Amino acid sequence: MQIELAHYLLLSAVLFGIGVMGVLTRKNLIVIMMSIELMLNAVNLTFIALARYSANIEGQVIVFFVLCIAAAEIAVGLAILIAIWRHRGMMSIDSLKQLKW
Amino acid sequence: MRNAWLVPGIPFFSFLIVGLFIRPLSEKAAGWVATAALFVSAFFAYSIAWDYFSHFGIGHEGPALVPWAFEWLRYQDHLTATIGTLIDPISILLMVVVTTVSALVHLYSIGYMAGDDGYGRYFTFLNLFSFSMLGLVVAPNIVQMFVCWELVGVSSFLLIGYYYRKPSAVAAGKKAFIVTRFADLGFLIGILILGYFGIEAFPHIGAKIQQEMAGLSSIPIQAIDFAFINHPATAHYILTTAGTVLGLSTLAVACILIFMGCAGKSAMFPLHIWLPDAMEGPTPVSALIHAATMVVAGVYLVARLFPSFAAAGTPLDVVAFIGTFTCAFAAIIACTQDDIKRVLAFSTLSQLGYMMLALGVATAVSPLGHTASMFHLFTHAFFKALLFLAAGALIHGVHSNEIWDMGGLRKKLPVTHLTFLAATLAIAGVPPLSGFFSKDEILRAAVENHHPIVFGVALFVAGLTAFYMFRIYFISFWGDARSEKAEHAHEAPAVMLIPLIALALLAIFAGFVPMGEYLGTSHGGHHGIHWNIAIPATLAGLIGIALSAFMYTGTRERYVAVARALGGMYTVVKNKFYVDEVYLFVTKNIIFHYIARPIAWFDRHIVDGAINLYAWLTGALGRGLKPLQTGQVQTYSAWWISGAVFFIILLWMKLS
Amino acid sequence: MSYSLTDIFGVLPELILVVTAITAILVDVASKGKDSSATMLVTAVGFIVSGIAAISGVGTIGVLMNGAVFQDGFTTAFRAIFCLIGFLTAIFSPAYLHFRNIRLGEYYPLLTMSVLGMMVMVGAANLLLFFIGLETMSISLYILVSLNRTNSKSIEAGMKYLVMGAFSSAFMLYGIALMFAVVGSINYNDITNYFLADPTLGPLTIAAVALLLTGFSFKIAVVPFQFWSVDVYEGAPATVTAFMSTGPKAAAFVVFIRVFGIALHPVASHWTLLLSWIAILTMVFGNVAALRQTNIKRMLAYSSIAHAGYLLVGIVAGNHAAFAATGYYLAAYALMNLGAFAAVIIVNQRHGTDGSYRFDALKGLGFAHPLLGISLTIFMLSLIGLPPTAGFLGKLYVFSAAIETGHIVLAVAGLLNSIIATYYYLRVIVLMYMAKPEGDTTIPRPLPYAITLIVLSVLILLIGVFPEPVISLMIAVAP
Repeated sequence: MQIELAHYLLLSAVLFGIGVMGVLTRKNLIVIMMSIELMLNAVNLTFIALARYSANIEGQVIVFFVLCIAAAEIAVGLAILIAIWRHRGMMSIDSLKQLKW
Repeated sequence: MRNAWLVPGIPFFSFLIVGLFIRPLSEKAAGWVATAALFVSAFFAYSIAWDYFSHFGIGHEGPALVPWAFEWLRYQDHLTATIGTLIDPISILLMVVVTTVSALVHLYSIGYMAGDDGYGRYFTFLNLFSFSMLGLVVAPNIVQMFVCWELVGVSSFLLIGYYYRKPSAVAAGKKAFIVTRFADLGFLIGILILGYFGIEAFPHIGAKIQQEMAGLSSIPIQAIDFAFINHPATAHYILTTAGTVLGLSTLAVACILIFMGCAGKSAMFPLHIWLPDAMEGPTPVSALIHAATMVVAGVYLVARLFPSFAAAGTPLDVVAFIGTFTCAFAAIIACTQDDIKRVLAFSTLSQLGYMMLALGVATAVSPLGHTASMFHLFTHAFFKALLFLAAGALIHGVHSNEIWDMGGLRKKLPVTHLTFLAATLAIAGVPPLSGFFSKDEILRAAVENHHPIVFGVALFVAGLTAFYMFRIYFISFWGDARSEKAEHAHEAPAVMLIPLIALALLAIFAGFVPMGEYLGTSHGGHHGIHWNIAIPATLAGLIGIALSAFMYTGTRERYVAVARALGGMYTVVKNKFYVDEVYLFVTKNIIFHYIARPIAWFDRHIVDGAINLYAWLTGALGRGLKPLQTGQVQTYSAWWISGAVFFIILLWMKLS
Repeated sequence: MSYSLTDIFGVLPELILVVTAITAILVDVASKGKDSSATMLVTAVGFIVSGIAAISGVGTIGVLMNGAVFQDGFTTAFRAIFCLIGFLTAIFSPAYLHFRNIRLGEYYPLLTMSVLGMMVMVGAANLLLFFIGLETMSISLYILVSLNRTNSKSIEAGMKYLVMGAFSSAFMLYGIALMFAVVGSINYNDITNYFLADPTLGPLTIAAVALLLTGFSFKIAVVPFQFWSVDVYEGAPATVTAFMSTGPKAAAFVVFIRVFGIALHPVASHWTLLLSWIAILTMVFGNVAALRQTNIKRMLAYSSIAHAGYLLVGIVAGNHAAFAATGYYLAAYALMNLGAFAAVIIVNQRHGTDGSYRFDALKGLGFAHPLLGISLTIFMLSLIGLPPTAGFLGKLYVFSAAIETGHIVLAVAGLLNSIIATYYYLRVIVLMYMAKPEGDTTIPRPLPYAITLIVLSVLILLIGVFPEPVISLMIAVAP
């Protein structure tokens, strides 16, 4: 079987979906952040596959930017997480419900 | 006439100067400066009226001039809002009325508000109001009209809520503001529709109208100028090119929407609910804003757009119907009220109904109703302002709004008594006072344009008006003092009495102004008394007065004393007394309980209720939304996903 | 690829902000975290210089950086507005941060970076540059929101914002990727040309449009993507909330216009209905929820959701005049909302209030503090949409654009909603002027407070009475 663009796109869609489910269902904030990383990387996979199959280098360039952004985002996220840990002593997303209505 | 801008301009500058510089220095000076500004403004208004009518003569319709204007907002070509002054007979009429009443109310307030801790603030707001109202009157286009329309709304809100320590005053202010803003919604949409079609029509007919208007306006005519909107060619264009909505022409829809705004401002049923509550404001404010000037803005706007309304047809029927209904409805409620200011408020509603119905029965070929409406606006402004100011003097003397706390005041407050009597006779339509003439014209307009039902209702209300006005007159001024306070009532200071006397003279003699000649719509000077209408109208008024005198003068003791003194006549008197009881039973228990009270109840519960329902609905919706905002990120994410899915589905469906 | 001097000068405002941010960090390091007033000064000066550079670019229209940056009316106007917002937030902050006991010099460089991100967003001519700008702005904001490390609400708000923000970025990015797959390019102009040639939508395009739409809906906070905003607005330090509810929202709207209003305009018929429904739902949600709030900060948060609904009306209307109207409304909205938040922050520093933003703190302040009272009244009147304020003209422009393009239902819904809104905005004025003052009404009155209030209220009245320059600048946006 020949592996084609559609397969890559499908794979990244599945990975993206797994990431979304992770954000929706997991309680641990670290796992949620990992799920978000998974979503971003699924998109990266899409970009690379598109770049490869359409011979358009732009796609690969985008990936580098996205990687940088994801790293920055996660760094900030972890910093806030530490602050949360100090305050609440846990990393569950359920602890975040002081602000409502 | 180029100085016309001074008429609204002077109160504006005075508002700034008094508000920013004088008020912090001296509250007393603030009052005098604000008052002086209005007198100067009134002087200019009179001089413009003199110039205009001596230049163009009377007896025919004078031209509409825009002697002063500048470009303000440029939306696109032919759609530029200007700030300017429009001078034509009805704007002159309103300028004269507004400046006169406003100046007198300012003067009166110096005495009435003396010692109040918001004295300077009060005069600042009063100046702001006068400026906004005059800006509205001279607006040459519908955008300036709307801006000033909102400004008078804001100043009215500020003045109703003037006694801000009273929760009821604050609530009344908010109610007035929100109800009228609700009405303005229709106004705004109406403006947008007219503006939209105006722009479409402009390339076709703009040049022609521009040519006609050459020399009258200092800057080129725009699609939102009244001169353009009211032009027959524009109406014709909109009627022929724009489609219909729900069976009504687009022009009619626009006019009805605009009338919604007018009904809000002029407190027509069912948007009238704010006006009785607005009596929480100081009495001079009620006299100026909620009787003589602001509330007639709605009537004025209909009169201003009369050619469009007449061209569209249907809107005038709506105006006539709403006007007639409000006229009768409010008069009936007025008979049951015991707070003197509330009686006057309902009476204002009823009189505004007269003005509206007069406009409603007018047509393009027979605009007598238009003249009659403006005439009644003119006379009503004087006698109603006078009634309020005199009521203010009563309240000032007795320290109560309740008519049953008064009584026997005619000797203690002689000037107030005579002026109040003059105004009461005027509103009751007793010849030859001013109200008689203007009411006569309204009734004649209804007859001549073949509206027998409107005529019948108007005639009935004329009697009713006399009845309820004399009811409060007799109860407050005749009989014995009914309370401690009334015993020690005292006459108001001279600064309050001078405006009363001035207004009383106006209320008595204003009817002799040949209004038809000035407005040029009477087609050959029909001004005069028409006996076939005047006699029934006067009779209706006299019957009302007689009934009122019969029911509300004298006391039980007086009858008994008279009976004893007369001996043999005792039985007769007793019988009479018996008849009186029966009569009282019939009127009080049957008419009041089964007719007037239910109507008042309907007003308070159903009409107010509809507005409250709107408030309740939004509140309930708010409670319903509360559980959505859980504070949990994952719930939010779940909403997110459902939103995304919804987007995809909707886009997909749109595709196939 | 080569850059000329014109390119460099074209992005001068951005470059100045980069320099400002770096300088501010160095200054802050030099001051050893004891006193951040020098950092504040550097930042404020940077905003002024950058703003002047932005205004000096008025009139130059074109494309810079090999087609990556638009130089047009929107870019110029919003660069200037963002600099103004940044400047006012910067000078306004020290007193508040002192009051809240937040002593972190990072605040100012982060603010600068966030404004930089917004500028990049509005200037971007392709989706990647836009995304980079968006992330620069957002990441700075994540930190700013959670800057009050000792306050658990602030931390919680930061975390919520980060999770939701990153989640939305992933969706946005996926949308960009799919758009890239369909069009083969991420330049707005290429996208327009592609859809002009072939305005049919395949499944991939639908997914791309839907995903991009979710991303934008999150950033501008419309139903059902708005829940985060209220919580975050409440938890964040108030100055950050004031900043967030104005600048970033305006930036996201400008890009929304560029992407959906202009780049995807050839296929507009597919999503206008969807957007109209979102607009109506958003207005209703925002206004109805705001009615029942007892906390002014949350009330303003819901009110800014409602305003996003009004602004969407302009995008749905979708013609040139409508975009100009939206641009004008955005500018007006930014000014009045910033003003409202600023005034509320000042009110909340009243003695004797516990800093919980309850409505009661407003009682009787109008007469005790005339400047505060008058300017807050102006902001509220403008938010209601009454003449002669900028808010009135913004609504008038947007709704008349909607009526002109046949979206009468939207205009009516907008106007009906603005009546509901009258109620809760009016409550502020009523409490200030018509309620008895309770307790101590003294409020600290440093000069920056007065400057902010005066500048904003004067601007609102000024562009409310003379909107001509602003609106003509907005009309000059590239087609």
